[in-house]
Amino acid sequence: MKTRSLASFLLTTALTFAAAGVASAQDKTVKIGALSDQSGLYADLGGPGSTLAAQMAVEDSGLTAKGWKIDIISGDHQNKPDIGTAIARQWFDVDKVDIIVDVPNSGVALAVNNVVKEKNGVYINSGAATSDLTNAQCTPNTVHWTYDTYMLAHTTGQALVKAGGDTWFFLTADYAFGAALERDTTAVITANGGKVVGGVKHPLNTPDFSSFLLQAQASKAKIIGLANAGGDTTNSIKQAAEFGIVKGGQKLAALLLFLTDVKAIGLETAQGLNFSETFYWDMNDQTRAFSKRFSERMKNGAMPTMVQAGVYSGLRHYFKALEALGGNPHDGVKVVEKMKSIPTEDDLFGKGEIQPNGRTIHNAYLFEVKKPSESKGPWDFYKLVGTVPGDQAFTPLSESKCALLKK
Amino acid sequence: MQALYAQLLVGLINGSFYALLSLGLAVIFGMLNIINFAHGALYMMGAFVAYFLLNLGGINYWWALLIAPIIVGIFGMILERTMLQWLTGLDHLYGLLLTFGIALIVQGVFQNYFGSSGMPYAIPDQLKGGMNLGFMFLPVYRGWVVIFSLVVCLATWFLIEKTRLGAYLRAATENPTLVRAFGINVPRMITLTYGLGVGLAALAGVLSAPINQVRPLMGADLIIVVFAVVVIGGMGSIMGSIITGFALGVIEGLTKYFYPEASNTVVFVLMVLVLLVKPTGLTGRAA
Repeated sequence: MKTRSLASFLLTTALTFAAAGVASAQDKTVKIGALSDQSGLYADLGGPGSTLAAQMAVEDSGLTAKGWKIDIISGDHQNKPDIGTAIARQWFDVDKVDIIVDVPNSGVALAVNNVVKEKNGVYINSGAATSDLTNAQCTPNTVHWTYDTYMLAHTTGQALVKAGGDTWFFLTADYAFGAALERDTTAVITANGGKVVGGVKHPLNTPDFSSFLLQAQASKAKIIGLANAGGDTTNSIKQAAEFGIVKGGQKLAALLLFLTDVKAIGLETAQGLNFSETFYWDMNDQTRAFSKRFSERMKNGAMPTMVQAGVYSGLRHYFKALEALGGNPHDGVKVVEKMKSIPTEDDLFGKGEIQPNGRTIHNAYLFEVKKPSESKGPWDFYKLVGTVPGDQAFTPLSESKCALLKK
Repeated sequence: MQALYAQLLVGLINGSFYALLSLGLAVIFGMLNIINFAHGALYMMGAFVAYFLLNLGGINYWWALLIAPIIVGIFGMILERTMLQWLTGLDHLYGLLLTFGIALIVQGVFQNYFGSSGMPYAIPDQLKGGMNLGFMFLPVYRGWVVIFSLVVCLATWFLIEKTRLGAYLRAATENPTLVRAFGINVPRMITLTYGLGVGLAALAGVLSAPINQVRPLMGADLIIVVFAVVVIGGMGSIMGSIITGFALGVIEGLTKYFYPEASNTVVFVLMVLVLLVKPTGLTGRAA
């Protein structure tokens, strides 16, 4: 009697487990959380546009027609790491989110990075710049799409030093991102024989830069490196023009400049700036087609930034991995492993790959802002100056400090 | 030493905006007893009206300096007539909550249509360029901002403290019933005063449009600092808010030079110190 009940117990358990195994392999539900700055200084480069990009990725993947059920929710981290992590935790615990995308602001991005690892979700970061995400702070759950501070330093920074800009003064946003960008750029400057003569760290979201600009002017550095982003960069550039900095012979290095920033500054002031991005809407027929569809659905008709494009293409790749797995295992490490095993290829970023540390490798481009007379339309801003192949633009694996590589 | 002069001057420029904005707040609080949290949003509207005037109507900066405060002032008076006037006699908290809500709605609407990075507004041709003062390069426009806002501040102070109209106004806040008995339309005066305070905010908005971006959140970023200025100067004190506005601009400028990381907190540290020593503010009267 006793043995029989034990046997039947074991049998039922085994059957239940088997059933569960089958169910999970065929589970075709996915929940995406688009976490961004929805209303602050980074809202235009990510924000609602990133949520739209995520929606378009779902639609274009064609998975819903194949029986998948994919939901997107969005959240506003307000550029505060504590709010970002609280939303991420709630998404994983209560809303059963599988993947978090976008997350501009390196401070928030690094904090959320830990939560995603702890909850074994998937994290495709497109918005944040810090190269730490795939170096010291890398996790098996994280993929860093689009750009990072290493790439910005080795494209814009390197090009300027090689063009003779060998003394630098930094205006640095006083948080994780600014520090990482200044660190990576300084490494490039010194490696190329240049020198950093000074710098100031300014609080995030500073309306008035005149005081800092005067210090930069007094330093007599040939290049004033702007290690900041969004509204901080646009204000620095506008006010630098006002104080006659460029006319005085110093050059501005906008280390990170987005399409929406150029729009905000206006071509009159922004013309001639050199900077780098990995995506521009007017690169080829595919990018133009995507951007047109995107812009038609944006409330203010904006073209996509590289961050928003990265959300789209990152998610498309994620869906490829899920399809290859035949279902959603709800296991972040497993999905990211699959993502790394498939080469990346899409209309927006072209061919590339995800390295073992989570870094996505693709081409980067050097651009120059057009003169007002050269611009033919409301978003016609960039002139392509050069292309840097992915393996030169991003951290070589031999230099990466990611612990995953030591296995 | 030269660098220090430059920082002092830059501080004065920022102080001009603090002074103009805190002056409007002080007028509104002094006369209406309303803590006007919508001030930042109205400042932003001033900049946006200037932007629209230029880009849709082809109306230049100089006219905008006159027209934008009137348009936004009228908007303010409508707010006062339709909503704020019902709060007379209630606790300050109600006015604060109502105006804060208005600010959020106004900002939200603008953000919905214009995004967060904002639009450029060019410096008028007559004020372009700069002059070399020996110790710094001063953009002409910034010099203009300091002088113009000083004139406006002093004119407002004169209007309220030294003219018959100002005397009526001050009397009406002390004892509305008695002033009404003299045949003066007190509610209308209060509405006009609110309009004046709001107009000052809009004027500051137009002044700042060429320096900063015309952005939906430009006021939200500034309003908290301006409130600190008003608290330090003493709620409701006209001259106090003008002087504190300029002084804090200078102190903030110096902080940006000596310890930039603290530049956006120094005002609040000062506020705490002043409140500890003199809770009514530097020039405030006891409540």
